[in-house]
Amino acid sequence: MRVMSQIAMVMNLDKCIGCHTCSVTCKQTWTSRPGVEYVWFNNVETRPGQGYPRRYEDQERWRGGWRLTRRGRLVPRSGGRLRRLASIFANPLLPNIRDYYEPWTYDYQSVAEAPLGDDFPVAAPRSLLSGKPMSTIAWSANWDDSLGGMPQHGEDDVILNRIQEKIKLEFEQTFMFYLPRICEHCLNPSCVASCPSGALYKRVEDGIVLVDQDRCRGWRMCVTGCPYKKMYFNHRTGKAEKCTFCFPRIEVGLPTVCSETCVGRLRNIGVLLYDADRVPQAAATPREQDLYPAQLGVFLDPHDPQVGVEAERAGIPHEWMEAARRSPVYDLITRYGVALPLHPEYRTLPMVWYVPPLSPVVEAITAAGHDGEDHENLFGAIEKLRIPVSYLAGLFTAGDPAPVELALRRLAAMRAHRRRLNLGDAADPAIAESVGFTVEQLDDMYRLLALSKYEDRYVIPTAGAGDVRALEESALTGCSLNYEGGPGMGGGTASGPFGEASGRPAPLSVETFHILRDRSTADTSADTSGLRGRVNLLNWDGRGLPEGMFPPGAGNGSTGSRDGETAGGAGPDAGAGEITGRPPQEGETTRRPFQKGPNP
Amino acid sequence: MPSPADVFLWGALPYAAVALLVTGLIWRWRYDRFGWTTRSSELYESRLLRFGSPIFHVGLLFVLAGHLIGLFIPQGWTDAIGFDENDYHTMALWVGITAGVLTFFGIMLLIWRRRTTGPVFLATTVNDKIMYVFLVGALGLGLSTTLINASGPGYNYRTDIAPWVRSLFVFQPEVSLMANTPVEYRIHAVSGLLLFAILPFTRLVHSFTAPVPYLFRPYIVYRARDPHVIGTTAPRRGWERSDI
Repeated sequence: MRVMSQIAMVMNLDKCIGCHTCSVTCKQTWTSRPGVEYVWFNNVETRPGQGYPRRYEDQERWRGGWRLTRRGRLVPRSGGRLRRLASIFANPLLPNIRDYYEPWTYDYQSVAEAPLGDDFPVAAPRSLLSGKPMSTIAWSANWDDSLGGMPQHGEDDVILNRIQEKIKLEFEQTFMFYLPRICEHCLNPSCVASCPSGALYKRVEDGIVLVDQDRCRGWRMCVTGCPYKKMYFNHRTGKAEKCTFCFPRIEVGLPTVCSETCVGRLRNIGVLLYDADRVPQAAATPREQDLYPAQLGVFLDPHDPQVGVEAERAGIPHEWMEAARRSPVYDLITRYGVALPLHPEYRTLPMVWYVPPLSPVVEAITAAGHDGEDHENLFGAIEKLRIPVSYLAGLFTAGDPAPVELALRRLAAMRAHRRRLNLGDAADPAIAESVGFTVEQLDDMYRLLALSKYEDRYVIPTAGAGDVRALEESALTGCSLNYEGGPGMGGGTASGPFGEASGRPAPLSVETFHILRDRSTADTSADTSGLRGRVNLLNWDGRGLPEGMFPPGAGNGSTGSRDGETAGGAGPDAGAGEITGRPPQEGETTRRPFQKGPNP
Repeated sequence: MPSPADVFLWGALPYAAVALLVTGLIWRWRYDRFGWTTRSSELYESRLLRFGSPIFHVGLLFVLAGHLIGLFIPQGWTDAIGFDENDYHTMALWVGITAGVLTFFGIMLLIWRRRTTGPVFLATTVNDKIMYVFLVGALGLGLSTTLINASGPGYNYRTDIAPWVRSLFVFQPEVSLMANTPVEYRIHAVSGLLLFAILPFTRLVHSFTAPVPYLFRPYIVYRARDPHVIGTTAPRRGWERSDI
């Protein structure tokens, strides 16, 4: 037995209202920089739906995760080492930016400076990749939010494709839920396995999977390797980036940003102990439906004295053992058995689990005019409403409905039990017994899932309390400007001698700080002098005209060297020039919008 | 008696180029490991890249192998196994022209793609453009040198150029060997040396970290935090983490 500890997350899907607060706060913290405009470390998908990037679950196409060879060996589904190296010059399994979406901004300047006229000025969309006007915005990270465009896109849901045709229509009328997704920080990560440089690694202490930015060489194999498509390529720095599980916060005992800001209190974070020796065996379980129980078998009971002894031998700190014993994640996964892994069939042993949503079932019953809180009704409906269960099974158990049904029945029992108490009736132990629980267990589960006190749902040990001061980009203390090159090194606009991606990277917090400060305090448009002629329109506040936004010749007097070269180009430049509007000619008055004046 | 120009070009320039290459690599490894990347643009465009990139890279590997064989295997060795100069020349010519044309076609396709695809062109730095001049220059000159000598018996560079290259490695440069070689060979040699000199300062550095060790490592990489440093900030002197 080799005990290792892992920080894991369980999300209670019943409580997700699809508000995207987690996505937005995550983006502001981690990916509000040029190069990762299209990247969402955390995204919220509507199910049924295509997901982000589109149809990422179609592993026949993208070949993420692992597969078992005929001889029972595990190899990355996209091919072994030689095969990966052979496709290093061009990787046909790499999603194109259009499989995510082409990031864009709006040409606000044209609205601000439009002369008074009969036409209502419109901010035209512009691509953040090419700077060209975009005729259509065709897709984004949650384009099919809340079943938007379902008649057209419904056919594209990968899991729905596996469910029979006749069930499909009925299904669409009854069933929808949200699925927030972050990196799974798998026990058997296929992104790490496919990294040719060895830059991706799983941290021993807390199991967080990270990219060493100094070792990444931009071979892009991790993007192919990850079946959840939670590896991203920063197209400006040429390096891979991924969800970090907010390790600077976790290290000081704070929950991740997505968890901290979740208004539904649906995320639980805690420590799980697992036996690293059993991981390869579990991942190589022959039948896909057995992967969920196999992964359960990998986890260790922190209350077991034997495990305690082994953990001490493995150097797991006492504080971590204490946290493991109070772990909400361990309770939801193992003790209550209501949390399930996302797509265990990828064989990566994911570590962000989900409590399946009962609310669609409740709503179906209520809509049919029955009592949606009655456990008899609920139990009957779970068995009868085959479609939600088989869809959830497609997500969480490789198609085996039994674990999903059990989890839903337990949630239904909890619901019925608590309703009795709320209405002043005596507790009915028969309800608890019908799902193999005691009344106390149901109450405990209710406390964790429904009340979700901050200190109950986040039990996070610190990395080294004595060294909090030294933590990189610490949320608590320490000077994050104290790195090589000194403080205030220009943040996002700093650039090394070999073009925009070179030089020591500034800590992310510094870069974000500078960008935000520039945006909020500048009298003119954000300073883009260091961007080598590329303008980050995300940081543009609509005031003034940043140098290099449009090529010279349109009359804005910009003379960047790059612009001089671009000016010879075709379409985009000509188009751009028209939109900015020409400068006022002599004898012509410029009129601000909303300025009073005679009608033209 | 070689002229001062010859001494400079064939006695000094090679060492200067290699010195720049080595010190440049060390310097960049120490100070710009973050910038050491392919800066791939495959995310933006993959239709042309899917053909251009493998053609260019594989062609280049063959070109490289051809140079190594031609320059470092003495003629005496091939003669000894009964592979005479005529056969060698024919073989080298066909393989060389194929590889050279493929490489050149590949780089041209890639440059065309870079110029015509909006996002890719926008991501092209001045450094990249300078690099392309040197790279295409060396490739084009090399290919034309081969083509010029394609007809007839051809020029046997293994009697002078190859011995000169080998003499560089023992620090006894035989400058006079290069003085009388055809001019196209000399121009190509200089362009190649210049390419070596700028290599570490361009995106071409990624070739020095070709991921060969991947073939020999276990799939899953575990790494512990440095027990003495939490995060990436080195502790001040006297504040290091103790082992206790």
